[in-house]
Amino acid sequence: MSQDILVVAEHLNGAIADVTYEMLGKGKELASATGGALICAVLGSGVDPSSLGCADKILNVDHPGLADFNPEAHSTVLSSVVTTAAPRLTLVANTSMGMDLAASLSVKNDLPLVAYGLNVAIEDGKVIATSQLYGGKICAESELEGDSVIVSVLAGSFPAAAGRMDGSPAVETVEAPAAVTDTRLRFTGLIEPEAGDVDITQQDILVGVGRGIGSDEHLPMMEQLAKALGGTVAASRPIVDNKWLPKTRQVGKSGLKVTPKIYVALGISGAPEHIEGMKDAELIVAINTDETAPIFEFAHYGTTEDLFDVVPALIEKLT
Amino acid sequence: MNIVVPIKLVPDLVEELEINDEGTDLERDFLSYKINEFCDHAIEEALQLKEAHGGTVTVIGVERDETDKALFTALAKGADKAIKITELDEAAPTHVVAKAVCNVLAGMEYDIVMTGVQAADDRDGQLGVLLGSYLGIPHVSVVSDVSIDGDTIALHKEYAGGVMARYEVASKVVLGVQAARQTPRYAPVSRVRQIMKEMEIEEVEAADADVAIGSTLRRVYTPEKGEGAEMIEGSAEDIAGKIAAVINEKRGG
Ligand SMILES: Cc1cc2nc3c(=O)[nH]c(=O)nc-3n(C[C@H](O)[C@H](O)[C@H](O)COP(=O)(O)OP(=O)(O)OC[C@H]3O[C@@H](n4cnc5c(N)ncnc54)[C@H](O)[C@@H]3O)c2cc1C
Repeated sequence: MSQDILVVAEHLNGAIADVTYEMLGKGKELASATGGALICAVLGSGVDPSSLGCADKILNVDHPGLADFNPEAHSTVLSSVVTTAAPRLTLVANTSMGMDLAASLSVKNDLPLVAYGLNVAIEDGKVIATSQLYGGKICAESELEGDSVIVSVLAGSFPAAAGRMDGSPAVETVEAPAAVTDTRLRFTGLIEPEAGDVDITQQDILVGVGRGIGSDEHLPMMEQLAKALGGTVAASRPIVDNKWLPKTRQVGKSGLKVTPKIYVALGISGAPEHIEGMKDAELIVAINTDETAPIFEFAHYGTTEDLFDVVPALIEKLT
Repeated sequence: MNIVVPIKLVPDLVEELEINDEGTDLERDFLSYKINEFCDHAIEEALQLKEAHGGTVTVIGVERDETDKALFTALAKGADKAIKITELDEAAPTHVVAKAVCNVLAGMEYDIVMTGVQAADDRDGQLGVLLGSYLGIPHVSVVSDVSIDGDTIALHKEYAGGVMARYEVASKVVLGVQAARQTPRYAPVSRVRQIMKEMEIEEVEAADADVAIGSTLRRVYTPEKGEGAEMIEGSAEDIAGKIAAVINEKRGG
């Protein structure tokens, strides 16, 4: 095994995802701790590696069968890349794509995996990973055993700026295994979201509503608050899954990332997948009856008073 | 098609989670477990497919405090069969659960396995992906909108920003379900009680599920509060007043 750190690049439609730069920045720091090189594995077709200059070397598996993410093809290829490269540590994003890669790499290559990584460190030559579990309520620090291990990293855990670097790192072309074209699972297309609704990413003031509002009967009250504030109603995922509001209003990992001036979170617990989408709002005010709700770690102001008592009073004060 | 739904029970996140004296795990003695919400969605999506296309739905759960209740609830909702895996440690890592479920599946006929996409406690990876990898069949995470046409299963995988990828597969597959096409149905308590009299849960001892996950927990803790929120106290009136003030200050600035 080597002392190298291998980062698995994530990309969609040719665009490298920010989480890749986040991992590269962190990977650079870890590689200097292990004394190894920082390697970036790119599994795709025609992906431009010029922004991956943070890496010492790129392992480029370029094949038409990898143009669009296919959990079966990509996990087969990643397994063989990791077998050959034998890195000390493989970093994979804990995203929709990365979830399909990290756990399958763990089984296929029989390597330890710690998921939901918020932080990774090398201490006395050991890999230590901190996971965010239980909806963000608990952190768990794990020591990984063995000389090659995997950590899957939550998007937004490290600054992307540290890893976004132009350059022309050495590119090593890796032959794709034959199995790439021989998958049972077939990718049949991408569906882009429908436009037409308000664009919540462009709003200065958002009222984020969560499952705590109880029923869609209470939406008009939340709309009224948004109006009094001169803002728009956005939502956590369950509200959208319940079809109380359209998908265009969803904030978070599988929704939109928003950076308004003001974000008022009503009855939102603050699950990591929601936080990912709104933590950079300038002012966050949270109303949640559970004093241990993780949303309060990210909010600037909070109250555990019932939202149905506070919101009407707030509407009155603002109108 | 025959669909198997392995479910996870996780601590109820609405309640306070306590940490043991050593600081190495949750204090499990008083934990109340409930079905992982994404598993509830997996059951719903499986039942929807069964109602549209026939076939069966089998639900599998690892024994914990509330497993019987969760399994009987699934039966009350329309599942055909429930299996409980016994003799696994309460804190068993997900690799071990996956291995145990895999061994149960070995004796079954199935076409689709549907799990919840993730659970609050899968520190060592998500059940569906681990399961698919042990079984050597394709897996897809963050799935919604599953449909069946003849032998072909079609599905959506969700990415950020509402973008979705479409896939098709005509073989066995494991799907990590994010959301069912409708809010998971509710089974009235009276119906669950009746099912408890009419149906039985099959019990299977976990066999050959010892896998070393290669990591040990050093420290479990509640996140440092950091600066955290400034908490506003008082009457609803006072609180609203203070919130209005900080918002107005921000809006003005
Ligand atoms: C792959 C993946 C992607 C995901 N993507 C997203 C995403 O993009 N966006 C997203 O939001 N989630 C996403 N999720 C879901 C996420 O894990 C959580 O399930 C979700 O964010 C929880 O929403 P919530 O906070 O509204 O509900 P809950 O977690 O149920 O919280 C409701 C809160 O309301 C409070 N409450 C109840 N009644 C009141 C009252 N009267 N007054 C005040 N407070 C009250 C409760 O204390 C509780 O904290 C994703 C999950 C996965 C697995």
